[in-house]
Amino acid sequence: MELDATDRALLNRLQDGIPLVDRPFAAVGEELGLSEDAVLARVAAMKGAGVLSRFGPMFHAERMGGGLTLAAMAVPAEDFDRVAGQVNAFPEVAHNYAREHALNMWFVVATETPERVAAVCAAIEERTGLPVYPFPKLAEYYLNLRFKA
Amino acid sequence: MELIARERLLGWLRRGLPLVDRPYRAVAEDIGATEDDVIAEIARLTETGAVSRFGVIVDHQALGYTSNAMVVWDIPDDVVDAAGERLAGCRGVSLCYQRPRRGAEWPYNLFTMIHGRDPDEVARCVEALAESCGLTGVRRELLFTVRRFKQTAPCYGARRA
Repeated sequence: MELDATDRALLNRLQDGIPLVDRPFAAVGEELGLSEDAVLARVAAMKGAGVLSRFGPMFHAERMGGGLTLAAMAVPAEDFDRVAGQVNAFPEVAHNYAREHALNMWFVVATETPERVAAVCAAIEERTGLPVYPFPKLAEYYLNLRFKA
Repeated sequence: MELIARERLLGWLRRGLPLVDRPYRAVAEDIGATEDDVIAEIARLTETGAVSRFGVIVDHQALGYTSNAMVVWDIPDDVVDAAGERLAGCRGVSLCYQRPRRGAEWPYNLFTMIHGRDPDEVARCVEALAESCGLTGVRRELLFTVRRFKQTAPCYGARRA
């Protein structure tokens, strides 16, 4: 999908926040000089094209009472697809990426309680037969997942 | 809001609200609450810090940020906070966390995510970051993303929120 200047302005505006009023897209449209219908048509197109992945919040794991860690594995190339399938099958695995390194699989484990993180990592080790190295956050300096469209 | 309605609202927030003219009313009808209840509950979650930035989440790859690297740095422990603060908010950095080292094979304790339109842009960005943050002498590695298998909204702590 080719985004035009209006799509980009809208996407940048919507990443900053959607108002908690009964007609939020009308409110945003008013700021940008667009009708509510025009806003809805553009967001539907961007959702359909996969540019916009979700209308909702970013959750803060710790304040939600949950557990979260980044974890890595060193997976032999010939086993990579099998292991990826096994890891991704865990509902607690939220993200999973292949990266260029001896530690070549990096994923996020998110659980309902902090205590569950270790149990899920152990279960992944058991299922895959490979060690899981957790990299929990020790300090957060910055997190801002806005991307300029 | 009743507990069951609240749990169902959290489900909607994780999956994404509908992109319709009155999204809070649409959700309210589904979960058996009022539009005002839904708005008030989302406002409450935002005020407590359980959720941040209630808006849209974009797919950065679809936006053209197709080259993404986790860049990791081996920073002396006594200055890691200062280095983290300096890298935070630099152009191109979306995340900057301290994480544990793992022995000689993994001496890195500062993790950043850097995004660009191609690998060269990412590499130039990392070089510029090192220069401007006084980290040129620091051991670092770039772990480019080669495949993305899964990217869903994490569902932590839902039941207890």
